[in-house]
Amino acid sequence: MIDPDMTPNLLLVVVVVALVTTGVYLLLERSLTRVIIGLVLIGNGVNVLFLLSGGRAGGAPIVGTTPVEEMSDPLPQAMVLTAIVITLGMTAFLLAMAYRSWQLNRHDEVQDDLEDRRIARMAAADQPAFEDDTQDTRTDLEVEAAEARDETGDREDEQEVVRT
Amino acid sequence: MTDWTWLVPLPVVLPLTGAGLALALWKHGRAQQLITLVALTLTLAASLALLWRADAGTLVVDAGGWSAPVGVNLVADRLSALMLAISSAVTLAVLVYSLAQGVADGDEETPVAIFHPTYLVLAAGVAIAFLSGDLFNLYVGFEVLLAASYVLITLGGSAERIRSGTIYIVVALVSSLVFLLALALTYAAAGTVNMAQLAQRLPDIDPGVALLLQLLLLLAFGIKAAIFPLSAWLPDSYPTAPAPVTAVFAGLLTKVGVYAILRVQTLLFPGGRADDLLLWAALATMVIGILGAVAQNDIKRLLSFTLVSHIGYMIFGIALSSQVGTAAAIFYVVHHITVQTTLFLVVGLLERRGGSTSLDHLGGLAKIAPFLAVLFFVPAMNLAGVPPFSGFLGKVGLIQAGVVAGTPLAYALVAGSVVTSLLTLYALVKAWNKAFWQTAPETVEPMRLPRGMVGSAAALVVLGVGLTAVAGPLYGYTERAAGDLRARLPYIEAVLTEDGRGDGVSDDVSRAASPPPAGAPVGSTRTGDDS
Repeated sequence: MIDPDMTPNLLLVVVVVALVTTGVYLLLERSLTRVIIGLVLIGNGVNVLFLLSGGRAGGAPIVGTTPVEEMSDPLPQAMVLTAIVITLGMTAFLLAMAYRSWQLNRHDEVQDDLEDRRIARMAAADQPAFEDDTQDTRTDLEVEAAEARDETGDREDEQEVVRT
Repeated sequence: MTDWTWLVPLPVVLPLTGAGLALALWKHGRAQQLITLVALTLTLAASLALLWRADAGTLVVDAGGWSAPVGVNLVADRLSALMLAISSAVTLAVLVYSLAQGVADGDEETPVAIFHPTYLVLAAGVAIAFLSGDLFNLYVGFEVLLAASYVLITLGGSAERIRSGTIYIVVALVSSLVFLLALALTYAAAGTVNMAQLAQRLPDIDPGVALLLQLLLLLAFGIKAAIFPLSAWLPDSYPTAPAPVTAVFAGLLTKVGVYAILRVQTLLFPGGRADDLLLWAALATMVIGILGAVAQNDIKRLLSFTLVSHIGYMIFGIALSSQVGTAAAIFYVVHHITVQTTLFLVVGLLERRGGSTSLDHLGGLAKIAPFLAVLFFVPAMNLAGVPPFSGFLGKVGLIQAGVVAGTPLAYALVAGSVVTSLLTLYALVKAWNKAFWQTAPETVEPMRLPRGMVGSAAALVVLGVGLTAVAGPLYGYTERAAGDLRARLPYIEAVLTEDGRGDGVSDDVSRAASPPPAGAPVGSTRTGDDS
């Protein structure tokens, strides 16, 4: 069933696509601030999409102001308003958290889990050594962990490794 | 049925009112505690009343007098009422536990001024999710409970909690966005987000689009329920929160996701098109989750992995798409909410008594604290599914349902669930041996555990064991609930009544003024055909 009224505005579709793709790209970063911006972009993209789902834009949906055929659908607008408020609240909370993370660590990067690292180290210790037996596997892991910006690593080492 | 509908909004209204009051009285710790306690006790009473009334017929409230397909409606059918009752009981027990902990610790671990209002909001969010009759309201319910959970998981803002909270919150937000995306597409495809009306309309839309919507919704709920490929966030984030918070999260939050999957799979997409996918996911969740638990050396993490693993059982029951399977899944949810919460509370006690949650540093607790040993042992065996506990009954029900289904995949899941059950037993016995039987590595100071903490944990242990005692009637209830879910029509008729609209006052207003607006073309063209 193709209803001409339901054909979405192409420009808005392009906007949605642009917002969501940019958002997904930022979401994959390790810095919390970028993740937040990514989430906000995706959130806005989805909200615009929701607005599109109501069909063609029309007049104010108030009986007596606009003829019934020309009214826009108020339901998605009401729902989008709710969604926007929710996105706003969540963004504020995330920003506060990123700030707290910066207060504690002087960076806002998402860190590795300690127990995960312990298990990874155990797994590495169990690996058969095919090459240089004398090489200490722990050094490798420490380097790797530092690259992953782990909080257990010595901070100065960590910075150096990341910069190189 | 009309007489009792006033009960339906209570599980939402009471905690929210309490939250407002508690927030206003943030300077008066004792008043806050009293308010929270009273609000949650009343919620429990209302939920139990609903459990009783919903057995006689589905209760529906059109909020604000707006008729059903357009306005927000709350629906308490057997499934919702059962979920509400068990979740209220668990929330109350955890509250008592945290009150006792707060008294013992001088409220440093859980800053009461924030903790109590947030906790009440969490309870309200869970209630909205269980009661909501339309998908968008379900989304709002999710957001309410998630927002509260964000605050609770980062309580105190220590480095470790901020780390775990970041993962938890970002993942939860992504799943919410997927949910919102699914809602937007659903509205575009069907012109409604009311679940009863969707149940009528979704069969008419293009099957490809319907499958897309179904998969998007399953993806969003799958993240919340921690089904295997989407579960990595859970064991990383839960263990760092305070014990009562972890307990209530473990008990309730993932189960809200499971509830949403159950509702969507039965009411909106009854064809069972995603069942094979869900069965595979259930198998992977069970086996991989429990292998994670076996590898862990920290008891809180071990329990987090068993939580992931046992979500697989519920998905197994849901994905069988049969009445026996659904009934067993509902029973399993009830069992698992109780037992998982209990275990986390007991581990909180363990941590106080032994000074650690690492199995290397614990030891000799069976001699030092024999009552604590009993408190741990009973729910642990319950979780592993040792007869005669409710975990055994739930698993038997699921296995029975799998055998009835009889497909090779169902048999694979039956085998998987037995193996998972054995491995759960292995992981928990390992924890038991290390924490309770090995010689204590360091001397443990003698101390008394706060009576309220032990008491509430013990009450939940008793409730878990009590589920076995009432297993017959409870199974009967879940079977009736499953029957309703599979029949679908009782729900739809209760919400939309005979003329296809709920019984709010906007019914008359809209009819007197004009037909529904043209901006909702699908809706307006089909309203007449529906009834």
